[in-house]
Amino acid sequence: MDIEKKLINVKYKTDDKPHLILNQEICKVCEDKVCLTVCPANVYKQAVSGENTNEDTKKDDTIECIEVEYENCLECGACRISCPYGAIEWKYPAAGCGAAYKFS
Amino acid sequence: MMENFREKIDAIVVGAGPAGISAALTIKRGGKNVVVLERAETAGQKNMFGGAVYLNSIKSILPNSYNTAPYERFMTNHTYSFLTDEETVNISAASKNETTATVFRPKFDKWLVEEAKKEGVFIAPRTLVKKLIYKNGNVTGVQTEQEKFFAPVVILADGVNSLLAKQIGLRSEFFPKDMVLSVKETLKLDKKVMEERFQLDEGSKEGAMYEFFGGLSEMRIVKKNKKRLITPFAIGFLYTFKDSISIGLGVSLEDLANYKMKPYELLEKFKSHKHVAKLIKGAEAQEYSAHLIPEFGYNNLPRLYANGVMVVGDAAGLVNSAHFEGTNFAIESGKLAGETAVIAINLKNARHNILKIYEEKLKKSFVLKDLKSYRNVVEKLYSRKKSILHYYPKKMAELFETVTCVDNIPKKRKFRAFAGKIFFERSITELFRDFKAFLKLFFDIMF
Repeated sequence: MDIEKKLINVKYKTDDKPHLILNQEICKVCEDKVCLTVCPANVYKQAVSGENTNEDTKKDDTIECIEVEYENCLECGACRISCPYGAIEWKYPAAGCGAAYKFS
Repeated sequence: MMENFREKIDAIVVGAGPAGISAALTIKRGGKNVVVLERAETAGQKNMFGGAVYLNSIKSILPNSYNTAPYERFMTNHTYSFLTDEETVNISAASKNETTATVFRPKFDKWLVEEAKKEGVFIAPRTLVKKLIYKNGNVTGVQTEQEKFFAPVVILADGVNSLLAKQIGLRSEFFPKDMVLSVKETLKLDKKVMEERFQLDEGSKEGAMYEFFGGLSEMRIVKKNKKRLITPFAIGFLYTFKDSISIGLGVSLEDLANYKMKPYELLEKFKSHKHVAKLIKGAEAQEYSAHLIPEFGYNNLPRLYANGVMVVGDAAGLVNSAHFEGTNFAIESGKLAGETAVIAINLKNARHNILKIYEEKLKKSFVLKDLKSYRNVVEKLYSRKKSILHYYPKKMAELFETVTCVDNIPKKRKFRAFAGKIFFERSITELFRDFKAFLKLFFDIMF
């Protein structure tokens, strides 16, 4: 069973604004990327975005960064504590928003 | 939302979990006005635990709780289950004890809130405290998303991540080694099937709980292009509810980070263990949840009070994970902080020299006594994790096999061979280290 199937049963009320904000400049150069594995809701995903701004290489390589599916966040705090570079600005979702357990 | 609250506020409690409600009830019973601010739509929706609360603890704040609390099942059957890859050795006790009961936190915490409301505690749900108001070295109130509230005493019951305790420097930043990540699934299971499977009397409120050691040992990972066999520090649990079960794992956050393991994949691997799979067979997914457990313990406790503020429950790291205890510490610490708040309000002085009473009370209670005697447990168990979660479960299975297997070999030879292996199959240093850790913990706890 994959994580998406597990998350189907969690009730969420999505906050309009993301409550998790990454310092993508750090993420671009981070080699650990612990967030990709510790998160119990797989909120963080390796993404491809941006363009190659390096005129010298002219290669069609892309800039790596992290995509944040904050809507799936279970608000546990594991990512914030695990990120060795403090790149995650971690807040609670707005009052009444986020995950709402029934059988936990 | 606070328009209804016209009177002067004597104390603000942040968080409507067991610690917060216990504090609020105590303050109200001391004749003071108290407001509890809760970020969830209803209390308990953000909370998760393995599954059971302790009745004596709840009775200590609500004496008539036995008949009104939403207890699902009483944990009459308790099993320690030691797993190797293939085998299981169980140590079980069945009793008539009605001292531990499973609850769903959203129901249970909501019930606590209703009980508190009956006594005049004012609860404001859907209220997120953004920060503490801190002036001239004093906490004077809180800033929510909409407005500011002021009170002479603020109690932080805002849970394991306690951003507020961090804001005013009561604790330092956390590291992965300070935390265990718990992931669990609640699964629906037919009542009849459950009663048969766990040997519970038909139609009764008897229930079963399991603690699992091992079963996830010697996992292959690749780190820095090298293959390694690792044993993640993970303890499994299972609890029975009326017509569902919870199955979960508490995993060291440090190991998750170091070994680059996904918690839900570990949970799946655990669930697929032959003997675990049998226990949850036919049960259907109902909910998945995750939460951190503070493990920094007595040696790294935050400051528990400062001018105008006290920290209780998970926010203060008050858990004894070796015994799966947390809600009882939350309730007791909330009560003691509440008593201290009443003294401070009466004295019109909530400076640190008065609020220190809270820490003194905690020291005299089981809360800090237990935390102190267990101060090295997590660290020692972690350092011997391979022994506890891999070697000894294997030895227990072997011992059982040695004793029960009939194979025409003289018993003396078999038993001697088994005993000999304990000394010679691993380096003797390992045995010595296990023994040293055991002795250390034994003396810590007993003396």
